[in-house]
Amino acid sequence: MSAVSKFFQSKFGIWSGFAGAAVALFGIMPLLLSGFRLGLFAQFLCYAIVAVGIGLAWGRGGMLTLGQGVYFGMGAYLMAMHLKMADAEFRNGPGAVPDFMELAGIRSLPAYWAPFASPVFTIAAILILPTAFAVLLGLAVFKRRVKGAYFAILSQALAGAFAILLIGQQSLGGFNGISRFQYFFGYTINDPVNQQMLYFIVAAVLLAVVALSLQLRRSRYGELLVAVRDSEERVRFLGYDSANIKVVAYAVAALLASIAGALFVPVVGIISPASIGIVPSIMFILGVAIGGRASLLGPVIGALAVAWAQTTLSEQFPSAWTYAQGLLFIVVIALLPGGIASIPALAKRFRFKNNAEAVEATA
Amino acid sequence: MNDVLLTCKNIEVSFDGFKAVDGVDLELRRGEVHFLIGPNGAGKTTLVDAITGLAKYTGSVTKDGEELRGKKIPHIARKGIGRTFQTATVFENLTVAQNLDIAAGAGRSPWSLLRRRKHLPQQVLETMERIGLADHAGTDAGILAHGQKQWLEIGMLLVGDADVLLLDEPIAGMGHEERETTGKLLHDIAADRAVAVVEHDMDFMRANASRVTVLHAGAVLAAGSVDEVSTDAKVQEVYLGTSNAAPSETAPSKGAPSKDMETADARVA
Repeated sequence: MSAVSKFFQSKFGIWSGFAGAAVALFGIMPLLLSGFRLGLFAQFLCYAIVAVGIGLAWGRGGMLTLGQGVYFGMGAYLMAMHLKMADAEFRNGPGAVPDFMELAGIRSLPAYWAPFASPVFTIAAILILPTAFAVLLGLAVFKRRVKGAYFAILSQALAGAFAILLIGQQSLGGFNGISRFQYFFGYTINDPVNQQMLYFIVAAVLLAVVALSLQLRRSRYGELLVAVRDSEERVRFLGYDSANIKVVAYAVAALLASIAGALFVPVVGIISPASIGIVPSIMFILGVAIGGRASLLGPVIGALAVAWAQTTLSEQFPSAWTYAQGLLFIVVIALLPGGIASIPALAKRFRFKNNAEAVEATA
Repeated sequence: MNDVLLTCKNIEVSFDGFKAVDGVDLELRRGEVHFLIGPNGAGKTTLVDAITGLAKYTGSVTKDGEELRGKKIPHIARKGIGRTFQTATVFENLTVAQNLDIAAGAGRSPWSLLRRRKHLPQQVLETMERIGLADHAGTDAGILAHGQKQWLEIGMLLVGDADVLLLDEPIAGMGHEERETTGKLLHDIAADRAVAVVEHDMDFMRANASRVTVLHAGAVLAAGSVDEVSTDAKVQEVYLGTSNAAPSETAPSKGAPSKDMETADARVA
């Protein structure tokens, strides 16, 4: 183990790592980026929060969750419903119909919308509903020992079905989704000061989520999860119900995706089926794979890198991004299965090998 | 000490009408190293699969008065029935200590699972000593030598407090010295447990068995001490080849099944 990695595994190292990240996120980035660019970065950070969850479920737990868009979407739509209710209430008083419903010809508020007037209910729903759904689905799937490609296909089909379901719901904005939010818990969303505050909230959540992931990785549960990934049968024959172990990681990943979706809505200002279906779900996975799924920070780095590359490339070469994306995926899978996070270790091994050869040559 | 820890009665396992195990009775006693031998396809591993809950069967398996048929794999494991696999199955990306710590923890509360391990449990330290891996606590299990992996897997059953150990070919691929060490380890752990060993290697069986059950075509052909079984005419006929051909002096070839095994296979085929 190199001195550097040893340092970052010590208590002091971890704290200084977090301190450094906090300085970068809260001090440096707002100076470097402003307005539109900072909002864009906040959006990337939302993807990074999803990625941390995938890193846990896929990188550590071996569950290839190709459908995180479902949970991302749940969180996003739940938040969007509340924001719309709050906007309508501000304009037309309690129980008013949100503007997009008026346009769609819906005169009275659907019953399931009503509770979302309450911010507390909304936040509780964002935290509980997707997680509970993930627990139920996880139990149904993992108890039946569905895994590998079958699980991946199932989760992806779910994302596709969810997007199609939403397109058909006029009371959720249908194909166009929900947009044009004015207030975020009483604050004007378009105010640059509030925009920056939103960015700070997202950044703080990301740090908290990484800390949670770190704790889970270092706990006995984290070791057990890796054991299940590598040899589920062995774990079962030691007396553990491996399905429960997987469900926990899957549910945490769902929770993180939901939180990210809920933050995404005020940051970006729109949520539609196009942001939560199969393609976005694959984008989430792509970032994690490129960054390094099994490492702590790999998923974060990968998610940021892919989102940044997509924005930059598609600004300059709108049609080229899709090809670049595919190429990137192939290159990483074929040449760098450990992702970007594995480059330092590889570089070290390469240096070591070269040194050894040099020594041999002189001997 | 001769108390019976595990009782199997009239076990039958069939796959699409083919009876892989056909009415086997078996008792595993504390203090004994009980060898299950038989040609390929005799049903040895299938019997282990049935006892541990992997294969469906009719008949009865009881431990401490509890019927285990139909119980789930983790439940049976927690009843103290541990097994190993033909190819040593350990968690390759975790260290020896982590492997054993996981094996020792099937009863841990969710709360203790969510915290970091402060120190290794005493039984993990003792077991590392016992299986000769005390110097490898921090080594990734994936880079252990072949024999060490087998010992680690046995150690994982020991820390899990299993008192019935079902070992599937524990010396497959081991060198001469490793075999002897393993033989000693088996007797050491059998002192207060029942150990069943599925094995192809006849020399290893002769050197270490306290009791032998010979399976053939899914049924028990003979059972008893090594001497009783080797002098049994039926066993000699289907399994050991000609009556005086028990070649305990021939050196066992590394990793490959012993010679008499191959002839037996040829006969069965």
